[in-house]
Amino acid sequence: MLTAPPHSTRREGNAMNGTAPRPDAESGWADLVTTALLGTDRRPPARLVPGRPAPVTLLDAAAEATVRRRAGLRAARAARRPERAPEDPRPALPPAAAGRLAALLAERSGGAGGGRRGSSPDLMELLPQWLAAANGHGYAAPTQALPALLDAARGRTDLRPAALAFAGPRALWLARFNPDWRFALRTAPGGAALPDPGDAEAVRELWEEGLFAERVALLGALRARSPKLARALLAGTWPTERAEDRLMFLDSLRAGLSAADEPFLEKALGDRGRNVRATAAELLSALPGSALAARMAVRATACVALDRSGDGPLIVVEAPHECDSGMERDGVVATPPAGRGERSWWLGQLVEAAPLGSWPERLGGRDAREIVALPVADGWQGELHAAWCRAAVRQRDARWSRALLGAPSAPEAGGPGAVSLAERAKLLGTLDPAERAGWVAGFIAAHGLSEAFQLLGVCAVPWSAPLGRAVVDALNIARDAGSYPWSFSGVMGLAERCLDPAEAARLQSLLAVPDEREDAAPGAGGYWAEAFQRLVTTLRLRAAMADELRPAPAPGVG
Amino acid sequence: MTEQGVRWTADQVLALAPDATSRKAAGRLGTAGPWSEAGSGKESVWGLCKGGGSRPYRTVVDLTGPAYGCSCPSRKFPCKHALGLLLLWAGDGGSVPARAEPPDWAGQWLAGRRERVRDERPGGGPGAAAADPEAARRRAERRAERVTAGATELERRLADLLRGGLAAAEQAGYGLWEETAARMVDAQAPGLAARVRELGSIPASGAGWPARLLEECALVHLLDQGWLRRDLLPEPLAATVRSRLGLPAPANGPPERDRWLVLARYDTADAKLTTRRIWLYGAASHRIRLLLSYGAGGRAPELSLPVGLALDAELSVYPGAGQLRAALGERFAAPAPAGPCPPGVTTAEAVARYGTALRADPWLESVPAVLERVVPVPDAERWQLADADADSALPLTRSARSRPGLWRLLALSGGAPVTVFGECGHRGFTPLTAWPEGGGEAVPLC
Repeated sequence: MLTAPPHSTRREGNAMNGTAPRPDAESGWADLVTTALLGTDRRPPARLVPGRPAPVTLLDAAAEATVRRRAGLRAARAARRPERAPEDPRPALPPAAAGRLAALLAERSGGAGGGRRGSSPDLMELLPQWLAAANGHGYAAPTQALPALLDAARGRTDLRPAALAFAGPRALWLARFNPDWRFALRTAPGGAALPDPGDAEAVRELWEEGLFAERVALLGALRARSPKLARALLAGTWPTERAEDRLMFLDSLRAGLSAADEPFLEKALGDRGRNVRATAAELLSALPGSALAARMAVRATACVALDRSGDGPLIVVEAPHECDSGMERDGVVATPPAGRGERSWWLGQLVEAAPLGSWPERLGGRDAREIVALPVADGWQGELHAAWCRAAVRQRDARWSRALLGAPSAPEAGGPGAVSLAERAKLLGTLDPAERAGWVAGFIAAHGLSEAFQLLGVCAVPWSAPLGRAVVDALNIARDAGSYPWSFSGVMGLAERCLDPAEAARLQSLLAVPDEREDAAPGAGGYWAEAFQRLVTTLRLRAAMADELRPAPAPGVG
Repeated sequence: MTEQGVRWTADQVLALAPDATSRKAAGRLGTAGPWSEAGSGKESVWGLCKGGGSRPYRTVVDLTGPAYGCSCPSRKFPCKHALGLLLLWAGDGGSVPARAEPPDWAGQWLAGRRERVRDERPGGGPGAAAADPEAARRRAERRAERVTAGATELERRLADLLRGGLAAAEQAGYGLWEETAARMVDAQAPGLAARVRELGSIPASGAGWPARLLEECALVHLLDQGWLRRDLLPEPLAATVRSRLGLPAPANGPPERDRWLVLARYDTADAKLTTRRIWLYGAASHRIRLLLSYGAGGRAPELSLPVGLALDAELSVYPGAGQLRAALGERFAAPAPAGPCPPGVTTAEAVARYGTALRADPWLESVPAVLERVVPVPDAERWQLADADADSALPLTRSARSRPGLWRLLALSGGAPVTVFGECGHRGFTPLTAWPEGGGEAVPLC
């Protein structure tokens, strides 16, 4: 019975039928199913065995047919196979690093993981660093990790560029098969679909027929190679583009902006779209040599003058009385937001867009530091200095930034002065990394950690030695002051990610639980020890991660 | 042998974790920070892990099991400390140096455990011979009578069902089956009880359910008949019937010593019991064997061999024709990294093997198979594994299509042929482990 010749019956789930089913077997099985559905009382089986009840005969026949069908299954016809994924020429990860990646990604799939973290590191927060380091070495992702990488990138948009760069061409191949990963096809950095920028024909074709996202990617890629070609491409179709597309394309000129872009931008000042005009004006004002910058300089310097009549030099401000059409064409927004006077609003925009280089001549040959130190009459200081801050950031002027930041230890640096913390963070961004870290270290030494979070966020990772030491010292002081560590959880989290792993040794002494003091919050000492333990553990982990990624000296050894 | 020759990989360690939470916790503990006095030697790893309390937890792992001991109160098995310790050991040598002797606390635990293992070995324990053979025979007779009564009653119920028609049974709902299953439990025929419960779920399983229900009813009927007329069956088939009914039998096959490659490991759980299946492949004998272990009440089963390693050990198969299930006997060394993946067959050969295996056991759902040079073909509804060199393919089972491992398989392949181990049956193929083209480590898919 069990060696019956192969045959097949067509049913749901029987997808393996490579041969056509034999009609008699097919109808025989269908007949059995019909009888079973209706019941043998209503529909006796076709064949009865004397002495055996009808339902048992049915079961006998069904058992035989079932085993015969299963025993006779054949493989199905192959469907169209997918084309091969492109080769990834990058070298494979060292085994230990591959294991680490698996652990980091496993952490992600483990869910939100709420609750107190205790003394163990937060692995998910280390994934961005790990990806950056792996990309720095130029490794290929292990193929079996691609689904988890794509899932991670799907959940966190900030991870996408690094995760997709690491995941490489095979991830894009893979993403085509899973709707959840479509985002990868949209955001792929210099995706495989982009033509070679040298291939004028293909570039032109994609530019004219591609989807918006493809066109933005093309423009970006081309601009990185040849700004001139990119500009020509954009100028060719500019009048026919939709307003919101024009805005996005214009925005892509931000990268690699140069004086050569001025004629195009100047033309865009006459654009139909208000946002397009504003963006063009903003870009032009970031080019101190542009005609727009010169016009703005004339307007701005007309409002600000030096008064030498009093005890010492004094800046006097005469804000504009009207916003004329020329100003509007150059990007000045005429209507202030609710609650702001229109004259100070116009002044702010003029000063912000004027080249900083035009002020020393206007203000008695003084340099940035001296100008910032000058008193300002009639309470205009806040408005004027804030506008200079915006100008320094826009024109990436380190000298003015330094002057506006002032000394980190100055008492007004800690409180809400003329320059807000957010503006200060932006100003710091124009300084070179070492100077930036030094300023923030000085700030923390003088003012503690309570205002430092935003400033620390703009410092280069890993933190320089003086900055790291300042943060650790400040944490130590906070602990001795008797507060709970979670008041500093933001800075702690940053320190775990940004402190140089080499600092771990210096932290060893902080791990002990100190004796409880009377004025301290109950149990705080234990929590601090735990927080420092986590800090040290995370630093060790980061050091291990960096080691694992270092290429092996020679393959096949060890 | 050298003690330090065979560190496991982090992947292999993480594969031992009973759940995602443990994997996560282990990742955090797999750094030098919380550990002190860690060491390894004599095929074991040990260390002290600083936890929440004042005393550190004492964690020790016997790599020959692997088996785990930890003074923490966790009910997880292995606990996060044991996993973290193994990760640390797998990661680098510096934190877990080789030592000649474990500390006393670890040494005592190891000695105790290894003694127990020796006692439990099949045939080696004192229990087997001491029992009264006459009493055992009487117990077996009484149970056989009960099973016979159960099988007879089930036959009557099946006949009633088909007399009235499956359409009527659909309206009766699940309660009818649940009650019948309880009767089979009373009859001490757990195999029948499980099948009856399965029958109850088929009417809700979507289009085509009457045919599927008839198939499964017919196979239950075949099993009943096999039991009621077991005297007429050849002994191996009778043994298969007994095992399908769930009657216990010792694994009394001759010991098969080999280097057993761990092909795949996965758990299935119902409300009461977690069942772990571990597929092994004998490098010399080319045999495939199955180890089962169970965990009750939400605990993970104890036996946890990492996929991709091989262990030098003896297995004994359970009785029954074509039986692949075996019991693990003596282990001669700790699991060590295995060689290349086993040789495989084409999709057509795999299906043919399933057909042939039904000859010995008509109740087989699937057989284990290594497919060589197959390409996963993704499709929204019907995924396939297609031969790279022929025009035939196996569809994937419905359950396989909903697993995340499916995407790992596709990523691993990238459209190129891979080697895949899995279960091949009448519902299609369930991939469990894959190896990339041109050699490489095993990638678990389940």
